Amino acid sequence: MTLAEYRGLKPSRDQEERKEAHEGGHPGPAEYAMIGAILAVITAVEVAVFYLDLAQVTLVVILVVLSAIKFTLVALWFMHLKFDARLFSWMFVGGLTLASILFVVVLSTLKAGLW
Amino acid sequence: MSHADALHTSTGLDNRKLLMWLFLASECLFFGSLIGAYLLYRGDHEVPCVAGELSACVFPTDRTINGVEYQGLFDIPFTSVSAFVLLMSSVTMVLALAAIQRGNQRGLLVWLFATAFLGIVFLSGQAFEFTEFNEHGLSLSTNLFGTTFFVLTGFHGAHVTVGVLILLSLWVMAARGRLTQEKSLNVELAGLYWHFVDIVWIAIFTLIYLIQP
Repeated sequence: MTLAEYRGLKPSRDQEERKEAHEGGHPGPAEYAMIGAILAVITAVEVAVFYLDLAQVTLVVILVVLSAIKFTLVALWFMHLKFDARLFSWMFVGGLTLASILFVVVLSTLKAGLW
Repeated sequence: MSHADALHTSTGLDNRKLLMWLFLASECLFFGSLIGAYLLYRGDHEVPCVAGELSACVFPTDRTINGVEYQGLFDIPFTSVSAFVLLMSSVTMVLALAAIQRGNQRGLLVWLFATAFLGIVFLSGQAFEFTEFNEHGLSLSTNLFGTTFFVLTGFHGAHVTVGVLILLSLWVMAARGRLTQEKSLNVELAGLYWHFVDIVWIAIFTLIYLIQP
């Protein structure tokens, strides 16, 4: 990094790359429509699986996996985490991780009757 | 301040976008807590179960409406359509963003309106569902299932309502020519919020509606 870059007088190469990625790196309408079609198909599969006569554990595993795929597709493509700066991904994953920890701790504590 | 200028920050990232992601991270905790509370308390009830009275039983309960038998409390086909509508609104939202980033003002107006419309359709479906539950005696104070269910889905509905208001505001700005390609970040930030509301519903639809005890 040059002194000018350090002082913020000139954007660093990293900043230029991020700016370029932001302005030109997002997918086009065709790719968005394709992701939308995939999401619609997964939703249809979810509902179909719900009506299948499956064991509860199998049903839960399949539905959670399908839901996670939908969640990831929306976050990566529609929220642009796949294309934007990594910091945004870390912040979002951080929030999800904290929520998961809170979720597990509360459920396990209350279910164990420790209150 | 234009978007290009905003990128010259110490992080190299737009501060407004950074703030939006921080907000969304905190929202993960908010909805995580509500979903956790629902899963914990949905099987509990504080009143004795009386045959024929839906409100007094542990949910979900089989029921018949207009001669159609539903397994469990939820009307899965109806909610599936609602989930599909909200999912498709995410597609129209990114198409609105793609339109403004390419300077397509007409496309922006069409897709923004479509997103707001789909949001309103989703909210109408939720209002119908709430009314139907209420007619069957299930309210916020009936039992712990009712409390946790209405608080969770109600807060989600409130988020969708705020999203619709933001979208309609953007549509008015765009229609008046005040939302141009240089201000595409406004649409992107609204989109981030809207997509978050959508992924929360993805989780709710699976954990609350499809996975039943």
